Amino acid sequence: MLRIEQLVKTFEGDRRRRSRRRKQSEDDHAPTRVHAVDGISFDVEDGQLFTLLGPSGCGKTTTLRSIAGLEKPDSGTIKLDERVLFARKDRRTVNVAANERGLGMVFQSYAIWPHMTVFDNAAFPLQVMKRGSRPSKRDIADKVMRVLEVMELHQLAERQATKLSGGQQQRLALARAIVTEPPLLLLDEPLSNLDAKLRESLRFELKRLQRELGITSIYVTHDQIEALALSSQVAVMSEGRIEQLGRPREIYENPRSRFVAEFIGTSNFINGVVADRQGDCFTVETSEGRLLVNGTVDVAMGADVVVSIRPEAVDLATRSWDGTVPNEWSGTVTNRAFLGDSVDHVIGVGKYHIRNRSNPSISVAPGTDVYLCMDPAKLSLVPLEG
Amino acid sequence: MATASPTFPSAWSRRLSTGLRGLLTLKALILLVVVGVIAYLALVPLYYLLWGTFFGEDGFTLDGFARAYGDGRMGQLIFNSLAFSIGAAVISLVVGTGLAYLNVRTDVPFKGLFFAASMIPLIIPGILYTVSWILLASPDIGLINAAVEPIVGGSPLNVFSLWGMAWVEGLHLSPIVFLLMVAAFRSMDPALEESALMSGANKWTVFRKVTVPLARPAIVASVLIMVVRSLESFEVPALLGLQNGIYVFTSRIYFTLRTYPPDLNAAGALATGLLVLAALGVLLSNRLGKGRNFQTVSGKGFRPRRMELGRLRGVMGAGIILYFILTVLAPLAVLIYTSLLPFYRAPSMSVFGEMGLQNYRELLDMEQAGTALKNSLILGVGSATLVMLFMAIAGWLVVRSRVPGRQIVDQLSFLPLVIPGLVLGLSLAFVYLRSPIPIYGTLFILLIAYCTRYMPYGMRYAVTSMHQISSELEESAQACGAGWWQTFRRVLLPLLSPGLIAGWVYIMVVSFRELSSSILLYSPGNEVLSILIFEQYVNGQFTVLSALGVVMVLTLVVLVSIAYKVGAKVGLKQD
Repeated sequence: MLRIEQLVKTFEGDRRRRSRRRKQSEDDHAPTRVHAVDGISFDVEDGQLFTLLGPSGCGKTTTLRSIAGLEKPDSGTIKLDERVLFARKDRRTVNVAANERGLGMVFQSYAIWPHMTVFDNAAFPLQVMKRGSRPSKRDIADKVMRVLEVMELHQLAERQATKLSGGQQQRLALARAIVTEPPLLLLDEPLSNLDAKLRESLRFELKRLQRELGITSIYVTHDQIEALALSSQVAVMSEGRIEQLGRPREIYENPRSRFVAEFIGTSNFINGVVADRQGDCFTVETSEGRLLVNGTVDVAMGADVVVSIRPEAVDLATRSWDGTVPNEWSGTVTNRAFLGDSVDHVIGVGKYHIRNRSNPSISVAPGTDVYLCMDPAKLSLVPLEG
Repeated sequence: MATASPTFPSAWSRRLSTGLRGLLTLKALILLVVVGVIAYLALVPLYYLLWGTFFGEDGFTLDGFARAYGDGRMGQLIFNSLAFSIGAAVISLVVGTGLAYLNVRTDVPFKGLFFAASMIPLIIPGILYTVSWILLASPDIGLINAAVEPIVGGSPLNVFSLWGMAWVEGLHLSPIVFLLMVAAFRSMDPALEESALMSGANKWTVFRKVTVPLARPAIVASVLIMVVRSLESFEVPALLGLQNGIYVFTSRIYFTLRTYPPDLNAAGALATGLLVLAALGVLLSNRLGKGRNFQTVSGKGFRPRRMELGRLRGVMGAGIILYFILTVLAPLAVLIYTSLLPFYRAPSMSVFGEMGLQNYRELLDMEQAGTALKNSLILGVGSATLVMLFMAIAGWLVVRSRVPGRQIVDQLSFLPLVIPGLVLGLSLAFVYLRSPIPIYGTLFILLIAYCTRYMPYGMRYAVTSMHQISSELEESAQACGAGWWQTFRRVLLPLLSPGLIAGWVYIMVVSFRELSSSILLYSPGNEVLSILIFEQYVNGQFTVLSALGVVMVLTLVVLVSIAYKVGAKVGLKQD
C-alpha cells in the first residue's frame, strides 16, 4: 500500500530542536545540517493503522509531513501503491504537490477554519476538486451530511466552527479528512490537545471508526499508551531512525533495545552476562544471581546483556517458594505506593531497586523481607548497544 | 495601666483616627496624586477645547463652526482629507501586507532588509521624510524629475499634489502596516493553510479562501489605524499641500491659526471635527479587532512552512530592493547629498567639486541649533521619565489593585490616543492662554504636551510588563512583612524595569521628533529640532535643513539602536 524507502530529511543546523543527531560531512550535505529523518524505510499494509511513536524531535512528524507533501525530503522514495509521490535519486526528482496527493490529514491543532461553518469546513475538500471530477452540489451536501452523521456532528452542521468544543473540533477535522474517501489518512497527534478523559473515549472511537471504515492510516504520537491501544503496527523512532518495528504486544514484551524498553512502559534493567543457552531459554549471570530468560534474540555466549523486567512481571510473596518457581530472588521492601487499581512496591535486591506492580490485595509494608519471582517468559533480553 | 476599660468617647475617637489613618496612607496618597495627574492631563485639554470652540467673547456661540465649515470650500476640504488619508492607507496597506506575507510565508531573499526598512518611521521623522521627497520629486527641483526630463520631456512627478501626498504618507506608514501584519501572519496557525492544501486546494485557492479571510480582521484594523494616522498627519499636508492650496483638516487648522487675527473658534471647530473622526476610527478598529478574533492557538510551536516562490523569487527580490531604495536609501541619500551642497541642484561633475561641510559649519555657528538639540533632548528625557514613573504606578493600580473605578484610570490614560497631535497642541494653547500659571511660551508647556500625547504608550508598556509578573511574587513580599511602598520599590519596580526602560526609550525617541503639537506651542527661543527644521523649510534653506536633518537622524539612530537593544530583551513594541 504505502512504501517508504531510505527517506532522508535534513534541516539547517540552527534548528536544534528537531533532532540532535549531527552527521559528519561524508555525504553531500554540509556538516551543520541536522538529520531529522535519517534513512528510514517501512511498509504499510492495506487497512492497517500504522503508528510512528517516539519522543519529540525524533523525526516522526517530519516523516508524516513528508508523506503528506508538506516537507520536501532530501532523498528517498515514497510510493502509494504504484504511484510515486516522491522520489529522488541522482538529481532526478519527482515530487507530487501536497494538494495533488489526494490524502486526508488531521492536524494536531485540528486546523478548523474559524471563518466557516461546520458544514463548509467538511465540504471544502469536495468543493475545491477539479471541475471534471467535482460532484454536484447535491452530492456534496449528501456526502458531507453522511460523514457528519458518522461523526455525530450532523445537528451542528450550520454552526460556526469556532463554537465547537475540543472533541467536536477533533471529529470535524476527521470528517474533513475522510470526506473524499482518501486512500491514506494521516493523523498528527490528533488527541494530544484533549483532556485525559476525552482522550480516552476518543481513542476507542478512533479505533472503531478506523476499523469500520477500513481506512489505511498513519498515526503520529508520543503517547505510548495511545500507540499500544490503537495500532496494528508500531514503529518506535529515535533520532531520525526506527528503533523497532512490530505489533504493539511484540514491542511491549520484547523490546529490542534499552531505549524502546524505557520509552514504552516502565522497566527494571539488570545487567548480566549470557552464561548458557538451551534453545530459546537463556541463562544470564548477574551480580544478584542467575536469571532464566526466554527469548529469540541472537546473542553470543559470554556477551554483556541487559535483562528488562516489567513491573507486572515481578510476583511478590512474604514466604519463599522454596525453589518450586524459576528466578526466585529475595529482598527488602523499601517503598510502597497505592495507586487505586494496583499497588507498586520498590524492593531492594543487592544494588538494584526493583519495581513491582501487583494486585491491590497484595500490600507489604516497607522494611519487610520478601521473595520475588519472575516468569522467564515475561522477561526480555536486550543486547547492549555499541 | 491595662486595667481601665475604655470609655465610650475614647473608643470612638480611636476608631475615627484609625479610619483616617487608613485613608491617609502613603499608598492612598501616591495613588491619588497619580490618578489626579492622569485625569488632569487627559480631560482638561478636551474641556478647554470645547470651551474655546463654543465660547467667544460674548458667551456661547456657534460662529466658529459657521466660519470654519460655512464657506464653500468645506466639501473640498472633506474630499481632500478623505482622499489623502484613504489613499495613503491603501498604499501603505498594499505595500505593508504584501511585504509581510512575503517575509513570513515565503522564501523571499533579503529578509534582513525588511526589518531595517521597518525602523524607518522611527529613524526618519515625517518632516524629514517629506522634505527628502520634495528634493526627489518636486516638479522644479526634484532629482528624479531632473533625471528623467531628457527622456520624457517635462517633469512627470509632482509631489505637491493629492497623489504625491498620499504616496509620501503611504510609504512612510507602510513599515507600520508591515509590522502589524507580520504579527498577524505569525500568529496564524500555518496548519490552517496546510489543511486546505491537504484538502486538494491549489495555492491560489488557499490564499483566496483561507489566508485572506483569516487575515481580514487584521487588515481592516490596519486600514482604520492608517486612515486615522493620515488624518492626523501634519507634516505631509503642511509641506506638500499648502504649496498648491490643497487643504486637509490639519493644515487648515494650522492655516487658520497662522492668519492674523487667529480665529480660535474656527480652529477649535475644525479640531473638534477632526477629533470626532479620529475617535470614531480608533473605536471602530478596536471593536473590529476584538470582535472576530480568528487567531487560533495550538499547543505546538508553529513551524511555518515557507512557500517556495520558484521563478518569482528573483522578481520579488528585485521588488524588495526597489522598495528598500525608495523608502530608505533614496530619502537618506538625498538628505546627505543636499547637506553637502552650497545650494541645491541636480548632481553633475561640477557639483561634486563644490561639495563640502560648510552647512555643518554653519550649524555649529547657529546658536539656535544647539539650543534646539538641547531642548529636544531635555524634553525627550523629561517626558519619558515622568510618563514611565506615573504609568508604572497607574499600571499597578489597573492590573493589581482592587480599587473600584480602576478601569476608569485605564481608559483615561488611553484617551489621548484619539487626540491628534495638532488638536492637542491647540487645546493646550486654549488652556494655558487662559491659565494664570505663566507657562505658555516656556519649555514646560511642551513637556505637558508630550506627556499627554505619549501617556497611552507608557501605559501599554507598564500594563504589559505588569501582566507578566505573577501576583504571588508581590503577595509573598507582603507575607514577609513588607509594606505597600516597600513591595513596590523593592520587588515590583526591579521586576518591571526591563519593560519600563523599553517604554522609556520609546517615548524618548518619539518625543525627540515630535512636531504636530509643538508647532502650535513653541515660542521663539524655545524651538526644538523638528520646529527648527520646519522653520528652515519655510525659509527655503534646504541645505542647512538637510545638515540639521542628518544630525537629527544620526541622533535618532543612536537612540533607536539603544531602544532596540533594550527592547529585544522585553519584546519591542512598535507604534
